[in-house]
Amino acid sequence: MQSKPIVLSILDVVSIIVLGVAAYLALVFAPTELVMGDVQRVFYFHVGTAWVGLLGFILAAIAGIAYLATKDMKWDRFEVAAVEVSTMFFFITIVLGSIWARPVWNTWWTWDPRLTTAAVTELIYIAYFMLRQGIEDPEKRARFGAVYTLLGGLSAPITFMVIRLFRTIHPVVIGSQSAEAEGGFSMTTDMRAAFFFSLFAFTIIFIDLIWHRIRLGRLQDKVEELKLNLSL
Amino acid sequence: MEITPDTSGYMIAGYIITFLTMGIYVFSIYQRNKNLKQDLETLKSLGTKKTKKK
Repeated sequence: MQSKPIVLSILDVVSIIVLGVAAYLALVFAPTELVMGDVQRVFYFHVGTAWVGLLGFILAAIAGIAYLATKDMKWDRFEVAAVEVSTMFFFITIVLGSIWARPVWNTWWTWDPRLTTAAVTELIYIAYFMLRQGIEDPEKRARFGAVYTLLGGLSAPITFMVIRLFRTIHPVVIGSQSAEAEGGFSMTTDMRAAFFFSLFAFTIIFIDLIWHRIRLGRLQDKVEELKLNLSL
Repeated sequence: MEITPDTSGYMIAGYIITFLTMGIYVFSIYQRNKNLKQDLETLKSLGTKKTKKK
């Protein structure tokens, strides 16, 4: 395997730093929201992880198209990396949302359009890995993955748009929200700074993790290839 | 005047879960990488033995 690129090592350090700064801004720098109290502070990481989660699912769909067009396995590796990292981040989004909902909505979970589409999206991508594991042939597996992420990718814009199109209790951060929305608040300048820095920090961490996962995929392919050569 | 509720317990739980999940994921990448490198070495040595036999 190729040695770790220096840029990736730098990105690792930068990721740790920005995560620390984002946590500081969210937990210390941003003022306490008066109605909800400290639980509102999970909002910064909730939106940050949701952003990279949905971004990864869309990137995976684009990588799926690229694979189908070129048949180049590098797109399959990118697709797997994007889905895996995004599934992890989106899991955090859902958990943080549920934790926030308990004191604000007085429930851990409700089948609201946003929560439902988010849960369906997460399940779609958990199923992706389970189904992929069942296919032995690498080319067939990559083709299946490409088509699956292409269709699954539709769930990302649906999840994003659902609170803007339907009556929902989930608040909208940017844009006008539904009259039924509960737990909305107006952001102060400091809150805005913590919010946008969190989006930036998670984007950096996302790139870093994707890169590591692609390298892992390359190593997996090499091992699989050697196994095949030995068995022949 | 409304008193701000103490919801810090939820906040702490949220951040613990976030860091824990990310930590577990990073560890899983490290562990898988380590295992694959071991597999690669084993397969390479097996390959060398096979060519020597031929």
